[in-house]
Amino acid sequence: MNNSLLVVLIASGVAYGTPLLYAALGELLAERSGVLNLGVEGMMLVGAVMGFWTVERLHTNTAIALAAAVLVAAVMGALMASIHAFLVITLRASQIVSGLALTIFAGAAGLSSYLGNDLNLADQPAVHTFKAVFPASMQRWPVIGPIVFGQNVLVYISWVCVVAIWLYLSRTRPGLNVRSVGESPAAADTMGINVTAYRYAHTVAGGAFAGVAGGTITLAITPQWVAGITGGAGWIAIALVIFAFWRPELCLVGAYFFGALQALAPQLQARNISLGPTVLWTNALPYVMTIVVLVVVSSGTARSRLGAPAALGNAYVREER
Amino acid sequence: MRITVERRLRQPRWLVVAVPVGSVVVAFLIAGIVLLATGHDPLSTYRQLFDAGFIQTGSLNQTLITSTPLAFTGLAAAAAFRMKLFNIGAEGQMYMGAITGAAAGLYLGGRGGPSAFAIAAMVVMGCLGGSAWALIPGILRAFLKTNEILTSLLLNYVAGLVLTYLIFESESYWRQTKGFNATVFPTGKPLPSSAVWPGWTIHLQGGINVPLGAGFAVLAAIVLWGLYKRTRFGFEAQVLGDSERAARYAGVRVRRKILAVMALSGGIAGLGGASQVGDFAHSLDGDPNGLQKLGYGYTGIVIAALARYNPFAVVVVAFLIGGLENAGNTLQGANFPAGLVGVIQGIILFSALGGELLVRHRVRLSRTAAAATSPEAAS
Repeated sequence: MNNSLLVVLIASGVAYGTPLLYAALGELLAERSGVLNLGVEGMMLVGAVMGFWTVERLHTNTAIALAAAVLVAAVMGALMASIHAFLVITLRASQIVSGLALTIFAGAAGLSSYLGNDLNLADQPAVHTFKAVFPASMQRWPVIGPIVFGQNVLVYISWVCVVAIWLYLSRTRPGLNVRSVGESPAAADTMGINVTAYRYAHTVAGGAFAGVAGGTITLAITPQWVAGITGGAGWIAIALVIFAFWRPELCLVGAYFFGALQALAPQLQARNISLGPTVLWTNALPYVMTIVVLVVVSSGTARSRLGAPAALGNAYVREER
Repeated sequence: MRITVERRLRQPRWLVVAVPVGSVVVAFLIAGIVLLATGHDPLSTYRQLFDAGFIQTGSLNQTLITSTPLAFTGLAAAAAFRMKLFNIGAEGQMYMGAITGAAAGLYLGGRGGPSAFAIAAMVVMGCLGGSAWALIPGILRAFLKTNEILTSLLLNYVAGLVLTYLIFESESYWRQTKGFNATVFPTGKPLPSSAVWPGWTIHLQGGINVPLGAGFAVLAAIVLWGLYKRTRFGFEAQVLGDSERAARYAGVRVRRKILAVMALSGGIAGLGGASQVGDFAHSLDGDPNGLQKLGYGYTGIVIAALARYNPFAVVVVAFLIGGLENAGNTLQGANFPAGLVGVIQGIILFSALGGELLVRHRVRLSRTAAAATSPEAAS
């Protein structure tokens, strides 16, 4: 039963979806404060390469090495995001172009690849990786065994993050402030909320999440370093935030759906099932499905307007109201 | 000390040139710090880069090979970004142009017609292929209001998979299926000689070949400049970019304009793809580590932004960035890690963006808060 295609797909959907979930949660935080960051792919890659570097070079026991790696990945992601934050918040640059610049700077042909080459990380097996936490007997339980108990600790932490961010945004004073900064910075400013500080904090925190998302790939899913290892996951994460109507709990559902789509191609190949005439179709499926879902979500124009922070993408300048 | 930033009413002309030049200088300074931090000597690295990009024997020839596609993708980005239509799909549109252009070349080249006819067909088909691929995000944006940034970008991955599929995973029309080599490693079918694009040789540095595609790129820049500066179409696109509402009131047909600009942008990128096949590769390059690794489409965005979307500036900047890319490829090795050129490009783009603040705004330093508000201190 645990080998049935559906169970395997859901279980690997959760695993493959975790980086998407972290990245989407980070992007959600930034966007809720009114900052669109298209640099997710770049921040993920830098997190991925530096996280991997940490486990390769830190000679301690597995738990400490992995914890340090996740921390390094988060810090690197945050550093990358702070460049974007400075450009768009302080220097009022276009959020779209700056985000693209961040992806070019940090991305597959930029800093992440430079670091990977300079630190000699290619073609090295991972020294430490995240493994399933629960004992094998529990993982054999029908259905919930592989799906719930077969995962690594990063998956469980991501669940905590979803609940925490949901509570933060909907039940706390700072969370309310963030939302007001994203909806109407001028009104928030009048209320005495420091718009600049809120935007900086959430953009940088979003970067930390993207860094962890990258680390999840090189430390748990495919434990190795290859330039451009994320393969567009950062862009899917940005799209996810839109599908999720800027709500953390819906990010979880979306992330696992797209995780399962990514797992589909290898699973079908392993079972000698072909969906269409070619492998092309299954490989392209996650990208095509992202576009299809985007279209469905955005064609109900009124509905998507409900979720998007009203000031998303606009610099706030006090003198120019 | 107090810093005030205020909007300029007029943008002085000299700033429009000085700021991009200044941002390149600043970028090299910052990149120098990155180099120092990772244990490389910035000065000798830059000298090597300049040497390998422009001075060494054969370097200019090679630089033109990287600059030509970059001019196309830069123009493609400039055409769309000008209207605030963020087409990030030049990469995929270029692949599609390469596929359709190669099809035309393979089909007509072997039929004994005049060479000019085959080449013209490749140009037209390349443009059409790129346009068609760009119209997917264009139509979605115009009719369903789907964000074109994400759709055009995701389609790059799909186009890359199609390209690889045609050469590696199928026995398509584009793949070389005869001969010994075809069984060892999958390659594209070579273009018949009558469909290969000619070039002009300049007798300098041991012969510099100016490809036909470079000529087309300059031509495209002239057309684009004329279109945006001298026609109603360009004016309306400009208005639409500044304010969709104003454009609507003025009677601009917004949907049509979006479709036209996307098709134009994609067409230029597609022409770049056809030039890849006709000028340089002479077959369809489906290798994931070939054309797809070079990321010309993404670099085009850097070029367009640095050129401030001016078509002529795009051509000049494409030549300079092409030299940088070429130098990066030539020098790649232990002392010169891959990715460095991407880092420098990213920093150039960041400082160009930061510099934009200086073009649009006046920054003033004044001693006290009170002085900043008084009109005497302001003058």
